[in-house]
Amino acid sequence: MIESYIPIFLIIGVAAIFGVVSVNMSWLLGPQRPYREKQSTYESGVDPVSTAHYRFSVKYYMVALSFIIFDIEVVFMYPWAVRFRELGWPGFVVMLVFVVVLAVGFIYELKKGALRWD
Amino acid sequence: MNQLLTDTLHTAPIMGTIVLALVVILINAMKKDSLALEYWVSLIGIAANIGLAVWAFPLRGSAFAGTVMTGGFASLTAAVFLVAAGLTIILSRAYIEKIGVNFGEFFHLILMGAAGMMTFAAGTDLVVTFVGLELMSICLYALAGISRRVHKSNEAALKYFLLGAFASGFFLYGIALIYGMTGTTNILGIAQNIAAYKSEPLFLVGAGLLLVGFAFKIGAVPFHMWVPDVYEGSPTVVSAFMSTGAKAAAFAALLLVFTATFDFIHSSMNTVLSVLAVASMLVGNIVAISQTNVKRMLAYSSIGHAGYMLIGITAGGDVSMAGVLFYLISYMFTNLGAFGVASIIENAEQQGTDLENFRGLYYRRPLLAVLMGVFMFSLVGIPPLAGFFGKYYIFVAAIENGYTWLTIVGVITSMISVYYYLRVVVLMFFQAPEEAEAPQVTSGGTIALLVSAFGILLVGLFPSIVLGWMGGLF
Repeated sequence: MIESYIPIFLIIGVAAIFGVVSVNMSWLLGPQRPYREKQSTYESGVDPVSTAHYRFSVKYYMVALSFIIFDIEVVFMYPWAVRFRELGWPGFVVMLVFVVVLAVGFIYELKKGALRWD
Repeated sequence: MNQLLTDTLHTAPIMGTIVLALVVILINAMKKDSLALEYWVSLIGIAANIGLAVWAFPLRGSAFAGTVMTGGFASLTAAVFLVAAGLTIILSRAYIEKIGVNFGEFFHLILMGAAGMMTFAAGTDLVVTFVGLELMSICLYALAGISRRVHKSNEAALKYFLLGAFASGFFLYGIALIYGMTGTTNILGIAQNIAAYKSEPLFLVGAGLLLVGFAFKIGAVPFHMWVPDVYEGSPTVVSAFMSTGAKAAAFAALLLVFTATFDFIHSSMNTVLSVLAVASMLVGNIVAISQTNVKRMLAYSSIGHAGYMLIGITAGGDVSMAGVLFYLISYMFTNLGAFGVASIIENAEQQGTDLENFRGLYYRRPLLAVLMGVFMFSLVGIPPLAGFFGKYYIFVAAIENGYTWLTIVGVITSMISVYYYLRVVVLMFFQAPEEAEAPQVTSGGTIALLVSAFGILLVGLFPSIVLGWMGGLF
């Protein structure tokens, strides 16, 4: 049973090495001209230090939710696309159902004006 | 392809409800001011889905590679949730306009919640069970807070969401440990060599964590803290749906996973279950005495009723499983009715459900008071109403399986509960009429309440027919 986890450990190792190497490479090779904003924590362009009772735009949620819809869709589509031929018509129908359900959510979002920016 | 079609057909009630919910949300997106259309589409769709559930009843088996149960138990519970959803939708039509949340999304969320309940109760794979649990819970979190300008509603939604997410974590961790022990999440697979796992500590810890998740959803002491606040703060029709549908779904899944599969009779896990049962009965019924708000009182009473049903889960065996199912059906009609009356009494500011508001109701709205009386007597358990037979079957099964002491506690706490249920009746019928205007009663609300009362009477007068459906369900 433990042997079947070896690919997972492998991919964790590769991911860790990739992360460490790429971050350090940019630190070693890139030009460094620090200033205050650049060195502060990245918070989607919002000042990271302020009071806790801070109002921010509801658009953040809109974008985040739309992102999740399509992100999840693609995450499920990749493995399906890899095995497309083996899964055949049943696989196609199941994927179609999945996309239709997401499409209903998207139509609802559009019609309610969630993507209208002003 | 054929397999896929057959599986879809056999799980028709679940699929049909999901399609219905999607249709309702599409109507809502495409058409402005379409509340009436969505209302009727929901009701007709629910009736059609109940038909599908009845049609699928003889198709006992499993679908989608053994992950979902079909027919029998799944159909019966699906019909219960659909009836609860239908009655809630009828009751909510006037209510959501009164409190100003007349969005079509309300019906969509109720329908999706019902689909989640069906999946929760019919899942024979712990992962599917969890997906159903989450689908149900997320809809209920949103419904609890749908009255977004009312502070208590916001509080209820946030409290329910935070604690519910926490409980889901326990549930998932339990699934992970059980998977670690057995190598499968399919409960049919686990059931095959359950005898080997039963004394393994890892499996017991996993089952215990799973039980924490279930106990939270059914509102058993000591996982009950959220119940009074959430039931009081949520819009009353949502509380009605939560206390009947969600509780019934959690009990149905608990029956399937714990009693039918894990089969913990006469083991240490049973001691845990009996402690939960006794604590719920005592705390629920005793604390309910001191409540002055009817919604809060019903919340504590629902904790007590969870205790009675846990007696059935503890005792195990076919008789008590049928008894718990019977109890769920009778409790569904009764509690929907009681919350329904409260939703009609309530004013536009979502207040006015104190005991004082029920004073002299009989002189203002005789029918409403009589119906509330029926629901209260059924909650007490007076024959020939459904509540009596629910308790009767569970107590008989408990005595047969050697849990006489649990039955004694159950009877004593039932006696305690008589006080606070009948206090409502006394206030309504025997107290001087208050100088207050009569609440607005709509025909829809009356029909829903009459259906509930009729259901209670029917189930109470012909209990053997209802019990007959439950023969050999597991």
